[in-house]
Amino acid sequence: MPNTKQLEDFVSQVRRDIVRQVHGVNSGHPGGSLGCAEFFVALYQEVMKRKDGFDMDGKDEDLFFLSNGHISPVFYSVLARSGYFPVAELNTYRKIDSRVQGHPTTHEGLPGIRIASGSLGQGMSVALGAAQTKKLNGDPNLVYSLHGDGELQEGQNWEAIMYASANNIDNLISTVDLNGQQIDGTTDHVLNMGSIRAKFEAFGWEVLDVEKGNDMNAVLAGLKEAKSLTGKGKPVCILLHTIMGNGVDFMMGTHAWHGKAPNDEQLESALTQNPETLGDY
Amino acid sequence: MKKYINSGNIDTRSGFGAGMDELGKTHENVVALCADLTGSLKLNDFEKNHPERFFQTGIAEANMMGMAAGMTIGGKIPYATTFANFATGRVYDQIRQSIAYSNKNVKICASHAGLTLGEDGATHQILEDLGLMKMLPGMTVINTCDYNQTKAATIAIADHDGPVYLRFGRPSVANFTEKDGKFEIGKAVHLLEGSDVTIVATGHLVWEAIKAAEELNENGISAEVINIHTIKPLDDEAILNSVKKTRCIVTCEEHNYLGGLGESVARVLATNDPAPQEFVATQDTFGESGTPAELMEKYGLNTKSIVAAVNKVLTRK
Repeated sequence: MPNTKQLEDFVSQVRRDIVRQVHGVNSGHPGGSLGCAEFFVALYQEVMKRKDGFDMDGKDEDLFFLSNGHISPVFYSVLARSGYFPVAELNTYRKIDSRVQGHPTTHEGLPGIRIASGSLGQGMSVALGAAQTKKLNGDPNLVYSLHGDGELQEGQNWEAIMYASANNIDNLISTVDLNGQQIDGTTDHVLNMGSIRAKFEAFGWEVLDVEKGNDMNAVLAGLKEAKSLTGKGKPVCILLHTIMGNGVDFMMGTHAWHGKAPNDEQLESALTQNPETLGDY
Repeated sequence: MKKYINSGNIDTRSGFGAGMDELGKTHENVVALCADLTGSLKLNDFEKNHPERFFQTGIAEANMMGMAAGMTIGGKIPYATTFANFATGRVYDQIRQSIAYSNKNVKICASHAGLTLGEDGATHQILEDLGLMKMLPGMTVINTCDYNQTKAATIAIADHDGPVYLRFGRPSVANFTEKDGKFEIGKAVHLLEGSDVTIVATGHLVWEAIKAAEELNENGISAEVINIHTIKPLDDEAILNSVKKTRCIVTCEEHNYLGGLGESVARVLATNDPAPQEFVATQDTFGESGTPAELMEKYGLNTKSIVAAVNKVLTRK
């Protein structure tokens, strides 16, 4: 089991992978990806029960679904470095004839991906469908999902949130990346959603806040607590307070880097801030 | 001329319900999802006999489609059911991304398609669904003609790996295909042999095409009638072989002439063996309230319209 320092080193490499992927094709979404690096590393390196290799059905293991598919660079980096596909393939991100598409997809058969996402608001329904099947199969393992906070403006989420509590889907942990940013500005400015906690609670979910969503120990503790809340009749929501662009100073806390690639100079600065730990692809 | 006997009018959706109940016994991985229309979809028996495999999603079709996609992960075969309008147009993006692009083994089963929904009117009478669904890569599109065929198709698609759109309807119509007959996806069914004109029909229009052929026969016109239950993949060979003989075709469907069976047939002919074609279909219009028979008459989707289309296409040979 890796210690915190090892996980933080892993995160450093993931951040490098993120900015290098996006820089390599001058497109993609670094901001949200960087903000969720600790969450992905904690999930795949420490928290989830995973089998060797990959099969679509994922029986007898935990499952993860990414709903806000545009943060694919962090997903791809962590999947590759967790052994799902060769790390060198990150170099094909968003390029022609690649399995590493702009947004995650099953279409080209990239191991680790179980659903296409990109058009927002669909992932929670898929996750709770998978959670329902786990219950039918008598499979005690959990289903995790990740959603953007701006993404909650899509109405389908609330259909899913309503269904999950009404049907006691208590083997599902849905995390909301609460970075307060979306394309056109802050979430409060674009469409103020009020208290997301109050909304989930009103819909019958168990909700817990992870105030330091970019602190590895805090993320690990939050996920551990969330796991302890499963199996008790309620779906579980983690409100993960993150900083968009975390770990690259000039990208932090602004929506400006939602979907913009760094230039050569900016890449150099970003890489200097995040040392190579596992070897660049 | 071969005679087809109507064993008694019954709705195609009841064929779906009967098929589901049978699947419940034979296929333990089949699950059903329904968005507050259990009775309308005739799923009461499935719900009663297999409650642990029946999922009531409430009036939330987008979530139902996403859930169905997710339920395939772990090996279930979800049948996601509602009215055709809410099973396609309302949730197109969910079907496109979570089911079709993700290649999930979901069966989208849609009742109350087309004008024959009747009195509820145009909000519920979708005439665009075949087009919407056939445009999705990898989607199999089926429109059955009677109770027996709907039951057979419902059962057959469980053993087909991949997304399927199965379309059926509300009204009681003639039941004339073989009881417990074999349903082969993508394989057209030759109903009547003929030499002057090919009539291909799908859904409720198949029975009307048989009646039209009988009427034409009395006037010395020999019509070949083919039941195209699978719009995609289309049985190109059956169409081309028939047109090779007859040199003209009439396509019949309870759907807009844009995007439906007729356009698929026109593509096959245009790229292989051009021949005159007439379309019995709605003419890029919404429907309205009325009885099914009144609507089929007003919008030109009955025996009379097919006979008129045949007479027209014969002059163009």
